[in-house]
Amino acid sequence: MSAASVLAIEIPYWGQSILRVVGGLAALLLIAGTVVYLYLFKAVSFMQSRLGPMEAGPYGSMQLLAEVGKWLQKEDLFPDNADKRIFKLAPIIVLVSTFLLYLTIPWGPDAFFLDPATFNTGIFFTLAVSSISVLGILMAGWSSANKYSLMGGLRAAGQLIAYELPMVLAVVGVVIQAGTLNLQGIVVAQNDGSIFGFEYLGNPFVLTQAIGFLIFVIAAQAELTQTPFDMPIAESELVAGYMTEYSGFRFLIFFIAEFASAGAFAGIASVLFLGGWGLPTAWGDWTSGNAMNVIGPVLLLTKILLLSFVIFWARFSFPRLREDQLQRFAWKILIPLALGNIAVTAILKVVF
Amino acid sequence: MTMISDRQQLSYIASQAADARVNVELETEGMTLNIGPQHPATHGTLRIVCRLDGEQVVWAEPIPGYMHRGYEKLTEVRTFPQVTTLVNRIDWLGSFCNEVPFILAAEQLMDIEAPPRAQHIRTLLFEMGRIANVILFLGDMGVQLGAVTPVFFAFRDREFVLNQIEAATGGRFHPNFDRIGGLKDDLPKGWIDESRAVMRRVRSFCDEMEDLLLGNEIFEARTRGIGVIPREIALQYGLSGANLRASGVDWDLRRDQKLPMAWDKCDWKVWTHPDGDSFARYWVRLQEVRESSKIVDQLLDTMPSGPIMAKVPRIIKVPEGEAWVATENPLGEMGYYVVSKGDLGPFRVKIRSASFSNISVASWVLRGTYVPDVITILASLYFILGDIDR
Amino acid sequence: MGLGTGLVKGLGVTFKTMARTIVEGAQTVQYPHEKEAPPIRSRGVIALREENCTVCMLCARSCPDWCIYIEGHKQLAPPRRAGGKPRTVSALDRFDIDFALCMYCGICVEVCPFDALFWSPEYEYSEPRIADLLHDKDKLGEWMETVPAAPELDPGADKKGKK
Repeated sequence: MSAASVLAIEIPYWGQSILRVVGGLAALLLIAGTVVYLYLFKAVSFMQSRLGPMEAGPYGSMQLLAEVGKWLQKEDLFPDNADKRIFKLAPIIVLVSTFLLYLTIPWGPDAFFLDPATFNTGIFFTLAVSSISVLGILMAGWSSANKYSLMGGLRAAGQLIAYELPMVLAVVGVVIQAGTLNLQGIVVAQNDGSIFGFEYLGNPFVLTQAIGFLIFVIAAQAELTQTPFDMPIAESELVAGYMTEYSGFRFLIFFIAEFASAGAFAGIASVLFLGGWGLPTAWGDWTSGNAMNVIGPVLLLTKILLLSFVIFWARFSFPRLREDQLQRFAWKILIPLALGNIAVTAILKVVF
Repeated sequence: MTMISDRQQLSYIASQAADARVNVELETEGMTLNIGPQHPATHGTLRIVCRLDGEQVVWAEPIPGYMHRGYEKLTEVRTFPQVTTLVNRIDWLGSFCNEVPFILAAEQLMDIEAPPRAQHIRTLLFEMGRIANVILFLGDMGVQLGAVTPVFFAFRDREFVLNQIEAATGGRFHPNFDRIGGLKDDLPKGWIDESRAVMRRVRSFCDEMEDLLLGNEIFEARTRGIGVIPREIALQYGLSGANLRASGVDWDLRRDQKLPMAWDKCDWKVWTHPDGDSFARYWVRLQEVRESSKIVDQLLDTMPSGPIMAKVPRIIKVPEGEAWVATENPLGEMGYYVVSKGDLGPFRVKIRSASFSNISVASWVLRGTYVPDVITILASLYFILGDIDR
Repeated sequence: MGLGTGLVKGLGVTFKTMARTIVEGAQTVQYPHEKEAPPIRSRGVIALREENCTVCMLCARSCPDWCIYIEGHKQLAPPRRAGGKPRTVSALDRFDIDFALCMYCGICVEVCPFDALFWSPEYEYSEPRIADLLHDKDKLGEWMETVPAAPELDPGADKKGKK
């Protein structure tokens, strides 16, 4: 890890790997916790004219800890007919998929978990890895030995697969503009770039790829099964969702994975569209010294929180779409739009 | 022959086809889905059994009775003031509205009329009960569809109306304020000005709901064309209230009946909608809340002074006879058929509650719909279990 | 599917509410740290003024739930003026109201001809045991301290109205 070069000590490869795993988990839990507290407890409450949890800790900051404690002390239940191994494995797969997402995000010029010099597939790997959570959800629905859970799981899988496509296509536009799949390269391209010669804003792709950004955020909302796309989970008003048979620690893993994913997708969107960890180079040469390695993660965290706010804002303001309306929206509207975006980007890239 | 739109026509045909399919394919391996009795979507303990074919409902039947409290039996052994206390609890959201038709029936039997100020305040509290009731519906339908925020706004703004009711009557949910011959107490000082401010708040809530929910494209996609009830079906099944008006029937007992209440002293309008789908039912109720707040404002401005109780004996014995009074309650048409044998209490009371008839249309309208739409339709029909089961 | 103004307006409403909550505070009351005072007429608990009660049993009879338990006896009291007959007065032995059954309808308070029962807006008397919800004569007498004066009536009211 880059810290080795910073601290000028020799850490063997296995030590570096352990540090990366721990660092990744720390990033995941920190962001998940912040997102849960700020948005799930506080922002939603403020939008509903109330204050939210206030008793656990100052302004309710320890509420998440209290909830973790509550979930941990619950009984570990299995349905009788459940396939035990798959039942236990499903939440872990979802969590692992999210964890891998965190590993790929670059946090600074030298602060990263996976060395971009050797990791050239960048965004391609990220998108591929985010699809693994679909497997986890299907496993959860299947192994619950519950007709309704299975239906919920299948519906969720259908929705997630349907919205993978617009996401990938939206990213293709960014890749064309940046000229590289490498995430670090995309960040650098945004910060070094200029818009028609005006350098002081850099070239954040949110401006030129506005449609792509919109598609990506909508697709991310659907990938996270947040309202307005949360029919698989909210199906529990009528039919049980895929998470019903889970309780205690396993449910906690699903819960954390859900909010960590929100942070992860916000992170990827920041990297792709908002300029990632950097500031435009025209503002000053930051590459010398280690300043950017400290400011970078903080800046990226700010952008992640901003984007997560938008995701949760939409979640608490809208009703949900019916499953067939969902699918129609993805296949008939988002995908053609994304394809059109790619075509226009490609043409403009060649022209300019 | 009324004009029904293409949408209504198609849904009618679809439900007939579903019906035919059930008759032919009784051997179909379908799922039986049991919604309730404990369920967040039904306002209480209603059970609806649906038989599914994949995603579609081919047969549905509501099974009420899980909350039956035996009101009509209870009234046989209670005096008139005691019955007034009990009937508050039938439709517990707009509770003053339940007392009024009963007291009016008793007054009809006694051949007395409440003084004008009492009639005025009765109408005022009746409309406030309607506002409190329907505000909850406006937020609640959002929650059934997945929007979590409107219901909090609904509860927040409803508090102000309930505070006003409590300031006047002493009880937020169960006012127990109506008496044979008038009202129990007069209004406290400053109540009229506070109520005006509360009505302004109610109107701003309606505007907020229009922006947040009614104009929302997702809400429209979920409710337009869903659960269409054509005019004839609505009349056949005995629907009443906003459900009937949303199917295009111009029917409002406040305007069409001559009762000793103050509605005819106000200038107000009856809202109807031609579509008969879930969107129409929501829209009509939203307009009705606005209209109610205007009625309340007019009543506050024209409040006559005077006594609030007519000359009645201390111990009231209602003379022999039978009386039927129905009013336009928030949920629909609610009526009491009171049979008295000259005692302190009624001999028999038959309570015609609106939601009981409203929910009977569920077996017709749920056929051929998709499973997620079942919740939308039930939410838009708006029943309260206390009203169904009594 | 004209995605557009409706959705954006909805977002605007929630954002505006959030901003208002941050600036002006929430619309909720942080019970038990802050408590809202209920209106004067609020039906919280029933208070008994023992000296006015003549054990006429009207309240117990008119209660829809039969939650008032009254026991009394007749006793002799000294005559009003010297040389007269001793009078029989009723004395109250037991006056219990079971608040586990009480419907808070107010018929007993209304029906009492001697103004012995009053409403008080006190509501914080919940107990961990249901049996403790049976308030006896002394406890009901204690509630008298919390009974507020009747509110002033609206100017349009008839001055000779009830209560």
